[in-house]
Amino acid sequence: MPALGADMEAGTIIEWLVKPGDAVRRGDIIAVVDTEKATIEVEVFETGVIQNIVVGKGEKVPIGTVLALIRTDGEAVLPPTEIKPKPVAAPPPIPPRPPTPPRIEKPPLAEVPPITPHRLRVSPLAMRAALDLKVDLSTVKGTGPDGAIIKADIERAAKAAVAAPPATPAHPTAPAVEAAVTPAPSAPSAEGPKLVPPRKPTIAPADRQAAMRKAIAAAMAHSKREIPHYYLGAHIDMSRAMTWLQAENLKRMVTERLLYSVLLLKAVALAVREIPEMNGFWTDGAFKPGAAIHVGVAISLRQGGLIAPAIHDVDKKSLDQIMVNLRDLVKRVRAGVLRSSEIADATITVTSLGEQGVEAVFGIIYPPQVALVGFGKIAERPWAFNGMIGARPVAMASLAADHRASDGHRGALFLAAIDRLLQEPEKL
Amino acid sequence: MTATAKTVRITYREAMRQAIREALLRDPRVFLMGEDVGRYGGCYAVSKGLLEEFGPERIRDTPLSESAFVGAGIGAAMGGMRPIVEIMTVNFSLLALDQIVNNAATILHMSGGQFNIPVVIRMTTGAGRQLAAQHSHSLEGWYAHIPGIKVLAPATLEDARGMLWTALEDPDPVLIFEHGMLYNMEGELAADAGAVGIDKAAVRRSGTDVSLITYGGTLGKTLQAAEELARAGINAEVVDLRTLRPLDSETILESVTRTHRTVIIDEGWRSGSISAEISARIMEGAFYELDVPVARICSAEAPTPYAKHLEEAAVPRVSTIVETVTGMVGARG
Repeated sequence: MPALGADMEAGTIIEWLVKPGDAVRRGDIIAVVDTEKATIEVEVFETGVIQNIVVGKGEKVPIGTVLALIRTDGEAVLPPTEIKPKPVAAPPPIPPRPPTPPRIEKPPLAEVPPITPHRLRVSPLAMRAALDLKVDLSTVKGTGPDGAIIKADIERAAKAAVAAPPATPAHPTAPAVEAAVTPAPSAPSAEGPKLVPPRKPTIAPADRQAAMRKAIAAAMAHSKREIPHYYLGAHIDMSRAMTWLQAENLKRMVTERLLYSVLLLKAVALAVREIPEMNGFWTDGAFKPGAAIHVGVAISLRQGGLIAPAIHDVDKKSLDQIMVNLRDLVKRVRAGVLRSSEIADATITVTSLGEQGVEAVFGIIYPPQVALVGFGKIAERPWAFNGMIGARPVAMASLAADHRASDGHRGALFLAAIDRLLQEPEKL
Repeated sequence: MTATAKTVRITYREAMRQAIREALLRDPRVFLMGEDVGRYGGCYAVSKGLLEEFGPERIRDTPLSESAFVGAGIGAAMGGMRPIVEIMTVNFSLLALDQIVNNAATILHMSGGQFNIPVVIRMTTGAGRQLAAQHSHSLEGWYAHIPGIKVLAPATLEDARGMLWTALEDPDPVLIFEHGMLYNMEGELAADAGAVGIDKAAVRRSGTDVSLITYGGTLGKTLQAAEELARAGINAEVVDLRTLRPLDSETILESVTRTHRTVIIDEGWRSGSISAEISARIMEGAFYELDVPVARICSAEAPTPYAKHLEEAAVPRVSTIVETVTGMVGARG
């Protein structure tokens, strides 16, 4: 079970897309895993033949558990092994104790399973009312003690549902996740696109949302607790970049036009080449530079929450390739279908809240990464240049960086590099 | 309410005295004994005048030994009498705990059903009179734990007047807890008031928004709180338990089923209390009726203070009841 995020502890196999005997190649999607955040396609990193599948469909196992065995070329065919998955939360096997003479002992402490905190708070009466009135509890806002859902909330929700019938489908679990059931877009595989068959979601939307909120809370609290952030900001004159982009887009079909975000992503990736301390992970008390430049893109979800999957090797890709990747990523994030490598291995994150009108972003680093670049809105501002004042489109670029991995001076150079790169958009 | 031909103005103390007097008149096997019940007229003046009327054979002053005179009462009951034993306060009843719990409550069972113990033991309970920690506690909940005895808590004039006779009729030991703050309570009582049942709790005020479950000394405060709540538009139902053992679960659960919200008001301490038992029964029997968690208002878990303001702060108050209910029902939106 791959770690599909710094905060992931376990995952559930939703679907196996291969069976024993199938040949697999590095990069193939072999399984679909459900985590607290999303449904994720697991890619294989070995080329060989699936010997046997260890963890069955529907099982939830901790990260690091062997999911399947792959026989690589040249390896002998082995008899099916006896590897058994370790189920989540099962207590470790207790070795049989040698019989001891009876004596008075302290009663042993029982193994207590952890409490799951994200259960919906619904009063028993409200629960009954929800069943009677066919109200989806996940859509109801509680007004009872500590936000619990009480009967009056259910009645209110039922009344509202009657008032606006088409907006709320009668069936509770259907809406958002049904979208996730659509086949995943093409996976770059040698045999051509492999379609993921439709599947039933294992986690209800409300639970997923609560779980995501919990995961974000854990990661962000961890970040603020552990990472000594420093923050820098710089105004960047975007006139050249915007002018170039406008001219470029005029030459293109509507479907092939570029978003300015692509310029920002590419500029960040190229700047990272110059200042590598911004790219990589802080783990085990040391900075480990990223082997490649995978830029995480913060994408907010319509139902709340956000996810920051990576676009791989941004520095090596053309603007068009990045645009294709970005479009695909946004679509799949919103549909809830991501690939394991996208989730796990961003080496730096970019967040752009400019569309919401903010001027600057003071970001929180997504651990174990060491830097997060934020862009505010691009707005026309008075801008002095060569002793003249003119109106130019300007954006505030901000950097939140891990002071353990880099210092303010390097951070400043990094922002300066982004600025410089954006002044020559044609070279991006 | 004004006095009419059919009612008389009376205090709780007087109602209790009439009950004892009626029992003495009706049944020659009935006698009263306890500390200072005779010449002094009872330390709460409940038995004032009875010695003069019935003589020292039937109104007996006892030595200051709760264990001895409660034991004598149990013996007399076994011998065919119908004794009313008065213990000054529930705190002192602890000296007779062995007689009550090990003897009165068990003899029927241990004799294979040969000997009933038709003794009635009355005692004062509760705080509010600046009598400090050794005279002010509410331990009736403890007694309600014991199978083999009945535990009554008359909170109204009717019950003060009517429970004693029914208790004496009962073939088994009955404990009557009279809250010390109730003796001076005055009101109208039917002139022909008599025996009342002791099996059922009573809904003293019907309502739809919340069930306030209480007994004894906190009934008056609870009814007062219900009035205040009514002015704020909250319609509270008040259940007077009347009998703490056996508990009338049916009435409690019916009320909760009507209102879906419950606050239990109990002058006893919260931990291991009768309020805890009631809450558990509601959870067991009406879980799917609950719209909010059951709340409890109990006494501060400390020995009852002597200082007046501290004593008032330690026990359930009208304002606390009102605030708790408002917080609970206000959430209905």
